[in-house]
Amino acid sequence: MSHPLPDPDTAREWLATMTLIRRFEERAGEMYARAKVGGFLHLSIGEEATIVGSARALRTSDYLISTYRSHGHALVRGTPPRNVMAELFGRVDGCSGGRGGSMHMFDLERRFMGGYGIVGGNLPIAAGIALASDYRGEDDVTLCVFGDGASNQGTFGETLNLAALWRLPVVFMVTNNQFGMGTALGRHSAVTDLQRKGESLGVPGVRCDGMDVLDTHAVVSEALRRVREERRPLLVEAVTYRFRGHSMADPEEYRTKEEVAQWRERDPIPAFGDLLEREGIVDAPEREQIDERSRAQVDEAVAFAEASPFPPPDSLYDDVYVLGEQVHGWYSVRTSPPQDGATAAQPPADGPGTASTGEIPQQITSALQAGEDA
Amino acid sequence: MTVMRYREALNAALREELARDERVILMGEDIGVFGGAFKVTAGLLEEFGERRVRDTPISENTIVGMGVGAAMVGLRPVVELMTINFALLAFDQIVNHAAHIHYMFGGQARVPLVVRMPQGAGHQLGPTHSHCLEAFFMHVPGLLVATPSTPADAKGLLKAAIRDENPVIFIEHESLYGQRGEVPAAEDHIQGFGEAAVRREGADVTIVGISRMALTAERAAQTLADEHGVRAEVIDPRTLRPLDLDTILRSVANTNRCVVVEEGWPHGGVGANLGALIAEQAFDDLDAPVRRVTGADVPMPYSKPLEDIAYPHEPQIVHAALEVLGQVPAGGAAVGNRGAARGAGGIGGASGAGRTGGQR
Repeated sequence: MSHPLPDPDTAREWLATMTLIRRFEERAGEMYARAKVGGFLHLSIGEEATIVGSARALRTSDYLISTYRSHGHALVRGTPPRNVMAELFGRVDGCSGGRGGSMHMFDLERRFMGGYGIVGGNLPIAAGIALASDYRGEDDVTLCVFGDGASNQGTFGETLNLAALWRLPVVFMVTNNQFGMGTALGRHSAVTDLQRKGESLGVPGVRCDGMDVLDTHAVVSEALRRVREERRPLLVEAVTYRFRGHSMADPEEYRTKEEVAQWRERDPIPAFGDLLEREGIVDAPEREQIDERSRAQVDEAVAFAEASPFPPPDSLYDDVYVLGEQVHGWYSVRTSPPQDGATAAQPPADGPGTASTGEIPQQITSALQAGEDA
Repeated sequence: MTVMRYREALNAALREELARDERVILMGEDIGVFGGAFKVTAGLLEEFGERRVRDTPISENTIVGMGVGAAMVGLRPVVELMTINFALLAFDQIVNHAAHIHYMFGGQARVPLVVRMPQGAGHQLGPTHSHCLEAFFMHVPGLLVATPSTPADAKGLLKAAIRDENPVIFIEHESLYGQRGEVPAAEDHIQGFGEAAVRREGADVTIVGISRMALTAERAAQTLADEHGVRAEVIDPRTLRPLDLDTILRSVANTNRCVVVEEGWPHGGVGANLGALIAEQAFDDLDAPVRRVTGADVPMPYSKPLEDIAYPHEPQIVHAALEVLGQVPAGGAAVGNRGAARGAGGIGGASGAGRTGGQR
């Protein structure tokens, strides 16, 4: 499919953002290997055109909600790379304050409504956000991104049905990267033509080439326009491929190197760069500059994350509750401050907990990492 | 004060909050045209329209999840689930999402959501409609949990729940919907969370009753006074998270004895937790071990005689109180197991431990 190019500045920005996501993810993987990043790390390398093409079809007031593979979604919405990297590092300046980690990025101000660690968990939430927009008479649309694996969850059927029934302004976008973790599409879904999977639920579907930023942008733009105007949800299937494993802890025994190599030939970033060069929008030196700028941004993000402190131990109980008239402090038990000998899990009734002193969280982290490496 | 039924008090709370705050919406299965499985929402669709009172498909996890999403961007949804057992279908959205979103996103998003649901046995609804599961929800940081036992509390706590910025699990009781009681007439009657009610004062033994068991405990206290000369203090915590432990500890400091009564299962239940808290924080005040009277450690059976002995009744509470007072021998087997029902006299026992489901 050929689509007209956007204006040159826009085209350059798309290329730059895809490049930034690529360089960011590569560096995140390195930082994981160096134990700067804990937990699971799901990289979106290979899926940059899907991310940028769809998110750039949004207005700034539209909502985007994503999955546990969400670094790129935070970046594309404008969350500074330093705050995304700091989140991976578990630091106070992380975009979720170091509470969420890789799977739980969030930026309310930019209407990035979160990465979610439960497969399919974000679909009902997306519909609820859309319900609120609709209820208030606002014409914002919610773009709900999830993977092919999530299309088998109960929430897929429940939420598509409800969104269609109530004519909610949601574009459901299934990022079909061919695998639910290590299980190939044909082995996890009876219907592999995922764009059709919402039909019986009243949600028509369309497909886009998720390796082509122009096609993704065109298809999602049209879907958003229709949903905004017609007040009924649509399903978009973006066909893409993740070049790396499901997470960093994935030996990739479920697919062949040849298959990965074939998809890598369709790498969306050089493809788009080549196109822009052919069209005279960028030249080779400018492409190089874009890449260098991305690397510099990521360098800066890593330095920032390194310098950002870990959350202090006495912040452990912060933000469990919104404090107010009913909840005056963190507590499950309203009682006088515990006497001497109270355990760590019993902070005083009316203030943030003093869970422990010293460097225990870091010690625990180190111990876990040591165990994992062994 | 006006006298109204528990369901009417809930209905009044919903009506007043709908009228007061445009952000409040109701969602649930058959809450509109049907008027609610227990008629709590009767008349609200007619008064406020389909935009605000929304009948949903049978999709518990998604209904609650939509409530989460709508709450995150500024609405104040009140979701009704038809029974607490159905809430288990929504456990993912309640625990992984509603309870954790404020924390896991570093305090950026709030989830001012109320999820209402009734619990409780007594209507022969068997093992998927009758349980008391407050202990499940009480376990979760990030949730508030209310268990109102009177019409006044039903109204006051529900209004407080709707106005709160945190997700609230609001647990009603099927057997209480028809109960009458005095309710303050004022529209701003609010019952704050974390404030236990002392339903009856007494110096001999503290009885803590959860949900409907607060009422059963009050009747037991009357029997203790009339027939045994025992002055029992009855406490209804009203909310389990936050839990007003201060009031309970103050009472135990005075009575030195405590019985906790709940309909839920014994293992890891509300009483287990309260017993631990009292032992940790008031051990020296105790003259006897804390006793629990609980539901039997079984799925709720359908057959009436079995259902009857599977949740606590007044005679068991009386017996447990006399036991901690040393007025009857401590007997029976461990909490809620098969031996308890058999050893204590089995089916149809008339008094004391005779009808135990899970005494001691």
